[in-house]
Amino acid sequence: MNAPERIAGTDTLVVAGRSYGSRLLVGTGKYRDFDETRRAIEASGAEIVTVAIRRTNIGQNAGEPNLLDVLPPARYTILPNTAGCYTAQDAVRTLRLARELLDGHSLVKLEVLADADTLFPNMPETLAAAKTLVAEGFQVMAYCSDDPILAKQLEDMGCAAVMPLASLIGSGMGILNPWNLQIIIDRLEVPVLVDAGIGTASDATIAMELGCDGVLMNTAIAKARDPVRMAHAMKLAVEAGRESFLAGRMPKKPYQASASSPTEGLIAAKS
Amino acid sequence: MTAPIRITVNGAPRELAAPLTFSQLLDELALAGRRLAVERNGEIVPRSRFGEARIEDGDRIEVVMAVGGGE
Repeated sequence: MNAPERIAGTDTLVVAGRSYGSRLLVGTGKYRDFDETRRAIEASGAEIVTVAIRRTNIGQNAGEPNLLDVLPPARYTILPNTAGCYTAQDAVRTLRLARELLDGHSLVKLEVLADADTLFPNMPETLAAAKTLVAEGFQVMAYCSDDPILAKQLEDMGCAAVMPLASLIGSGMGILNPWNLQIIIDRLEVPVLVDAGIGTASDATIAMELGCDGVLMNTAIAKARDPVRMAHAMKLAVEAGRESFLAGRMPKKPYQASASSPTEGLIAAKS
Repeated sequence: MTAPIRITVNGAPRELAAPLTFSQLLDELALAGRRLAVERNGEIVPRSRFGEARIEDGDRIEVVMAVGGGE
C-alpha cells in the first residue's frame, strides 16, 4: 500500500454528506483571464470552487465566455457565495438566485460583510441569514469571525460547515489567532475550514496542522507572481499539513537538546 | 395603442412595446440560452416559467450570472 492511495482513499473531507479528496477550496476571482483561472484551479486540485453572483451585462459582450463553461459544474462542486452582501436580506436573495442558476444546488457559502475597509463579517446579520437559509433547505458554509461562541451558534442552527477567518480577506496576513481557531476546531462537530487571510503555503500548512478540516483561499493564489505554481504549492501545503496533523507532531521540549545519533562509538572517543 | 411597459432590468430603465414573456425579453437582451437566473420584484422566476410568465408594467427585474470571486 503506498501513501498517496491511503491518503486519497480514507482521509476525505465530508461536507453536507458528500466526500471530497481535496481539503483545499479555492475562489475564482482576481485572475488575469479565464484561462489562468482554469489552469490555477486544475493545479490546486480543488474540487469545491467558489463563485460570485453578479448582474449580467446587458447589451454588451453578448458572446463573452461564461465562468461556468470554464469550470463545468459536472466536474467541480460550484459553491456560490454572497461576497459583497452587507445585509442578511441581500445574502438570502443572492443565494436564492444562485440556487436557481445552479439547478437547485443547495451548498452555498454565506458571508455577510460589515464594512468595505475590513470586509470583516457582520455576525448578527450572518446568523440571521443562516437561520433563514437553513430553514429554506440550503446547506450553509458560513464565513465567520474567529469567536468560538458565535461559531458554535452557527453549528447549532444547522450550518453544514463553519469558516472562521485567519485574518482579513485578501490581506495575506496569515493566521493571527491560532488559539481561537483551535478552540473552534476542538468544540465543533461540523467541518471547520479556515477562510480568508492565507498568504503563503506555510500559512495553509499551519491551518491544517491545527486540525482544521480544510482551507479556502483565493488571493494567495491569484495574486502570487505565478498563480498556477502557487496553486500547486497550496495543494502540497494543505496535504502536508493534514498528514502532519494526522501523524501527530513530537512534543516540544524547550531548551532540551536530544541527539538523534548514537552517543557511543565515536571514532575520536577518549577514555 | 397600448401604453409602453416601463420596467427596470438590472437597475436600468427600459421600455417594452408589448408585454413580452421572459424568454422574449432575454432574446431581446441577447441573453437567450445563457446560464443565468432571473428575479422579478424580489421573487425568483424559475427557468421553467420563462416561456409563459409575462413582464408587467413596473417590474423590477434582475438577471444574474456566476462570475469569478472568492471572498
